[in-house]
Amino acid sequence: MRRLAFLLLLPLVGCARPAERPVQIGAKKFTESIVLAEMGTQLARDAGVKAERADLGGTPALWLALTQGDIDAYPEYTGTITKEILKADVSDLDSALAAHGIRISRSLGFRNNYALGMRKDVAAAGGITKTSDLRTHPDLRCGFIPEFLDRPDGWPGVKRHYGLSQYSVQAMNHTLAYRALVEKAIDVTEVYTTDGEIAQYDLLVLPDDKNFFPAYEAVWLYRADLENRYPAVVANLRRMEGAISEERMQRMNSAVQADKRAEGQVAAEFVRGELKVEAVSSDGTLVGRVLVTTWEHLLLVVPSLALAILAAVPLGVLAARRPFAGRVVLGLCGLLQTIPSLALLLFMIPVMMWLVGQGTGAPPAVAALFLYSLLPVVRNTHAGLTGIPGSLRESAAAIGLPPFAALWRVELPLAAPTILAGARTAAVINVGTATLGGFIGAGGYGRPILRGIDKFDVPLMLEGAIPAAVLALGIEGLFGLIERAVARPA
Amino acid sequence: MFTLRDVSKVYAGRPALGPLALDVPAGQTTVLIGPSGCGKSTLLRLLIGLVQPDAGEVAFAGTPVTPATAQAVRLRVGYVIQDGGLFPHLTARGNVTLMARHLGHDRAATAARVTELAALTRFPADGLDRYPHQLSGGQRQRVGLMRALLLDPDALLLDEPLGALDPLVRADLQTELRDIFRRLGKTVVLVTHDLGEAIYFADRVVLLKDGQVVQEGTPADLWHRPADGFVTRFVQVQRGPEVPA
Repeated sequence: MRRLAFLLLLPLVGCARPAERPVQIGAKKFTESIVLAEMGTQLARDAGVKAERADLGGTPALWLALTQGDIDAYPEYTGTITKEILKADVSDLDSALAAHGIRISRSLGFRNNYALGMRKDVAAAGGITKTSDLRTHPDLRCGFIPEFLDRPDGWPGVKRHYGLSQYSVQAMNHTLAYRALVEKAIDVTEVYTTDGEIAQYDLLVLPDDKNFFPAYEAVWLYRADLENRYPAVVANLRRMEGAISEERMQRMNSAVQADKRAEGQVAAEFVRGELKVEAVSSDGTLVGRVLVTTWEHLLLVVPSLALAILAAVPLGVLAARRPFAGRVVLGLCGLLQTIPSLALLLFMIPVMMWLVGQGTGAPPAVAALFLYSLLPVVRNTHAGLTGIPGSLRESAAAIGLPPFAALWRVELPLAAPTILAGARTAAVINVGTATLGGFIGAGGYGRPILRGIDKFDVPLMLEGAIPAAVLALGIEGLFGLIERAVARPA
Repeated sequence: MFTLRDVSKVYAGRPALGPLALDVPAGQTTVLIGPSGCGKSTLLRLLIGLVQPDAGEVAFAGTPVTPATAQAVRLRVGYVIQDGGLFPHLTARGNVTLMARHLGHDRAATAARVTELAALTRFPADGLDRYPHQLSGGQRQRVGLMRALLLDPDALLLDEPLGALDPLVRADLQTELRDIFRRLGKTVVLVTHDLGEAIYFADRVVLLKDGQVVQEGTPADLWHRPADGFVTRFVQVQRGPEVPA
């Protein structure tokens, strides 16, 4: 039943991907990746094709999307390719990737290595000048992004390689880690050597004196078939080879992070200035962006809510008819509601990977929202049906209506106002929770909100938050109208 | 028309009805009467399978009433409860024609039947498109009666049909109801706790107490030939009209 409901999602999700779709340039969810992908998108447009930037999650999501053909190219780092994607020390990256149908460009000109960073004054107080000095300071508080905590070339590797023993280690968002570092809430965080914040906050990047971190040369990964379909796009992407210095990348990152400039503009300046290409930024106008995020948001809310109502009303009927099944159904739905929404969303990633083979983007978000919207509708259907006076149920039976007809012609119409009120609650919860879809590349209002949090950019956060509130109010109003239409005339 | 043999019903471990045997003759009005909790409403529900007996057998026109046959029996028996039991989301017409629509009956024929029944029950034509809460108690009861009669049933069951009405309306409707019963000549089973009402309608009265039939006979039998002291007391405490011997 539930699996069936999930499979029903397929056509809804699938229609977002027509046969002749634009070239998709993927980006990870951090500034540098977005700026690079934006350059690639502008260069692809210059090659005369339609191109879009797709902001997805982390490395696994991008790699999967690339090998499955959801995206055509994305900027990656050589260290990540060997350590995390191929998980092998290969001498010949080209042929190892070719086995997956993927090609790799030459270096774009800079490295973005992992390193550990500290405030200069804190480091000086402990006499720390290089990574190996951390051995004698086990009390230093560390804050790392979750990915760094997990990766073999991240914290576990550094710890083993240098024999470190810091005991206070917590996971946090990259931007927040920088702020925590500046506020002295933590002492050590991981940095990317091209991060704009290094210059902005005047931080000390600890030299990797025992050569642990692999080299992270920035490169393009692209599908081999892109070369056949759009050779001009590949040629244009490769014009970025060797074009960006580490210092230039740091400046561009800082322009976005510190000066709150739009990624598209920063990328366009570079493309125009260095590559002499008349670039068109994909930033678009505010209205255009809000329309796109609204559409994406509705693609999450409407299918999940519609499916939830379709599933929840029969469940509510079952609950009202069979008291034991009712307790089980209501209990399970209540249990679902107690799972934190973000946890449910993340849990849906492997589930949807298994069910429909797509673990990022809309499917897991729609699935999580579907589950989240069940309870209010199930509970209100149950309450609406059990609240019908016994004399009316008996009347329906006494005039000869069979049970199903009594349900359809008498009980559901009588319970309709209560059921609608449940759907209304579910809809408002759904609109709010759908913003979390931004965490897994599902689009919608969550995208500007999370991007705004990453950049500490309040107007960008509001670009998602205000329309989300307006949409919630709009849906409230819409349900109010429907309720009035079905209400019995007074 | 209805035959009950050794029927008993237990609610929550307490015997609510029976064991009892009863014959409801066709074409007559039988009134079930007794104090609250005597089992008269349960008995009425047993007749159309709304309640299943724990033991014994209920039969309608020779066919046993079981969960399998109850549906068919209900289509041949009209049922009216206190205050009409109307569905609040449907208009008077919607309530009356609900079953005909479900069965897919011809619309024109159904509409003609509604007009005929409105005339029979003296229900105002402009009230047909009103919702139950827009009607008076007496009008709701007329709609309930129309709904019960729509499929031209063989028998009509009424559970305290006048219980929720004020005395004047009640008196008017009593007269009309008796005229209707006489005109239709159907088998009628009516439940009431009011002896006056019972005597007014009844060809036969069945007096129940604690789930048992205490006395069964004409109103005059009850009045003048009480079976035991309970019948005497029941008759005395109720102010009924003087009944000639």
